[in-house]
Amino acid sequence: MQAGTIASSARPRLPRGVRLVHNEAQGGWVLLAPERVFKADAIAHEILKRCTGEATVEEIVDDLAKAFNAPRQRIHDDVTKLIGGLADKKLLELA
Amino acid sequence: MSADNTPLNAPLGLLAELTHRCPLGCPYCSNPLALDQRSDELDTASWARVFREAAGLGVLQVHLSGGEPAARRDLEDIVKAARDAGLYSNLITSAVGVTAERLSVLSDAGLDHVQISIQDSEPQSADHIAGYKGAFARKNALAAEVVKLGLPLTVNVVVHRANIGRVEAMVDLALALGAGRVEIAHVQYYGWALKNRAALMPSREQVERAVGQVEALRAKHYGRIVIDAVVPDYYARFPKPCVGGWGRRSLNVTPAGKVLPCHAAEVIPGLEFWNVRQHSLGDIWRASPAFNAFRGTDWMRQPCKSCALKEKDFGGCRCQAFLLAGDARAADPVCHLSPHRALVAELAAVREDAAYDYRK
Repeated sequence: MQAGTIASSARPRLPRGVRLVHNEAQGGWVLLAPERVFKADAIAHEILKRCTGEATVEEIVDDLAKAFNAPRQRIHDDVTKLIGGLADKKLLELA
Repeated sequence: MSADNTPLNAPLGLLAELTHRCPLGCPYCSNPLALDQRSDELDTASWARVFREAAGLGVLQVHLSGGEPAARRDLEDIVKAARDAGLYSNLITSAVGVTAERLSVLSDAGLDHVQISIQDSEPQSADHIAGYKGAFARKNALAAEVVKLGLPLTVNVVVHRANIGRVEAMVDLALALGAGRVEIAHVQYYGWALKNRAALMPSREQVERAVGQVEALRAKHYGRIVIDAVVPDYYARFPKPCVGGWGRRSLNVTPAGKVLPCHAAEVIPGLEFWNVRQHSLGDIWRASPAFNAFRGTDWMRQPCKSCALKEKDFGGCRCQAFLLAGDARAADPVCHLSPHRALVAELAAVREDAAYDYRK
């Protein structure tokens, strides 16, 4: 029961029925899915808003490393961990 | 308002019981024994206002339920109103009365997710439990349409003595139908289910086997389907944190507009419920006597009062405490610390293969 390896060429996107919304009363960004609500912290939000089905995992990592001036390997680990975990729960599609 | 100083939570979910009308007659229906009449149902504009007020309170998801929500001709407008209010909408349907054309209109109106109930993996048994010939075939057909439209599908299976031996087959069916999620919900004994308890109650051995199977199936299908389970509490050691705590996370609006902390709350005598026809949802959430009756922990008696888990399970279910122990402030009698625990064991031992008393 562990996340499979995420190909760097995969293009993650939110499937139909999963939406990222901002809600003041719930304290920020939340991911809405069938019968489930996940609070997205600042890092998760930065990753998820780039999961549009356009950018590849590699491009998302590059973009984040540049935007936050952070080590690429660490960003890569964060991104693949989050994406893999969400894909297992059917909250992300890897096109 | 409860006297402890914990801040009031923003609710997450709204269960909108659009109607009590339903073509099926499931003997474990969660609707009350006295059903609201069609003439008393809230109109479209009232539901739209309730949704806007709910969103303003912080509610994120609305569960469009019933009865059968599709029995309402204005379901399309109701779905659109939910979307316009910014809510995530979930249609909880029997599938009877929803054609492929209608589903497509609902999808275009902004529906986010569809949940279809399936009574059993065996067609004949499924139709018998639903009290409706041909229901099983219709459910399968609608599930295919949901998947075709690209909408996420949940299959909900209510588990009891007649189908508890087929948990694996029912999960397989959900997978075959293309569901991304399946709910294995053991019957909770309120309303019609309480009336039919002896005919529905499984044995402890059956329950333990089913719980073990769910664990194994979760591992086997990891990444393919999400399996959520509602555990059968008559055989549990600890109570369930009913609705995540009274007045903490969700609201339930009845077809006639009454707002309840949980769908069964009306069984508790003496509670004063407010109606959306007279009050805003925000006022009801903050100030209605029924919502404040069991909020927080101040209302508790022993053994709950000094229990280390009191902020986790909130003493369990208030309705069950009243129904079985005769006191809504008592510990949920399914808890092993409850002085009434022996009664639950006695009740669970009463199992009769009687004909169902169908919901009508």
